[in-house]
Amino acid sequence: MSRIAAFGRFWWDFVVGDDWIVAAGIVLALALTALIADDDVDAWWILPPAVVGLLALSLRRATGRRAPR
Amino acid sequence: MSVALLFLAAFLASAVEMVEALTIVLAVGITRGWRSTLIGVAAAALALAVIVAALGPALTLVPIDALRLVVGGLLLAFGLQWLRKAILRASGYVPLHDEAGIYERERADAERAGDERRAGLDWYSFTLSFKGVLLEGLEVAFIVITFAADKGGSVAISASAAAAALVVVAVTGVLVRGPLSRVPENLLKFSVGLLLITFGTFWGAEGAGVSWPGDDAALPVLLGAYALVSFGFVQLLRRERLVPVKT
Repeated sequence: MSRIAAFGRFWWDFVVGDDWIVAAGIVLALALTALIADDDVDAWWILPPAVVGLLALSLRRATGRRAPR
Repeated sequence: MSVALLFLAAFLASAVEMVEALTIVLAVGITRGWRSTLIGVAAAALALAVIVAALGPALTLVPIDALRLVVGGLLLAFGLQWLRKAILRASGYVPLHDEAGIYERERADAERAGDERRAGLDWYSFTLSFKGVLLEGLEVAFIVITFAADKGGSVAISASAAAAALVVVAVTGVLVRGPLSRVPENLLKFSVGLLLITFGTFWGAEGAGVSWPGDDAALPVLLGAYALVSFGFVQLLRRERLVPVKT
């Protein structure tokens, strides 16, 4: 059981890292992009600002200060 | 352009992982002897070859758009982790990664460990080098496969980049035979993080059904924009660190 837990923890640390909000945000941003693109609407502009926003949020969480603007 | 960027990204990402593995191998090998350490490295390389041969082809059965979506998402997750840490280090919020310190800790641990022998091997040296090389090697294999998965034939590009990184890191390790603190790791991680989120954005959006304006020409634009924003974050955090924020 401990080996399974260690295996799971390895992959969690490997993929998600120490800020799960970033991973969740990526999934949400990709899902939103797919949803909008599915309606034949240009959706290339969604992901870049989402990535920048997630980076700013993650930096704020790491420093415990206001998000860089 | 995208081929050069792909090579550069795979090269740098692989080099970062290999430097970490090499640090462990050097620390154990110099302290406890090279025979068992190098056998551990060879065993890990063999295990890696088997794993990659078994799992690599399975990726080609996945629909290409789904693969782009997954690969893009993973690259974004890795890239944002690396870039965030690199920005925090560059701005002084956390200390720079200290390869010399890691080397010294590994060396001290190796000296304290008992001289346990199994099958004529120093088991500690074997296990440590095997574990380090296997884990870091898996990360390199993952980088190669994910970078190559998007475009047919680019396995050769990313695999060549990883091979080039292996040669460069191995030669560097042999030449310095000691702490690898001379390698500017944070600069590598900063660059790799930028390249990972650039490719992650591009492939992830394509997998989600997006057509980029200018197709591949969007890549350098994304890279430049992310670089500008990231350097801006470094400057802002440096300023914030020097002037405490009232809460």
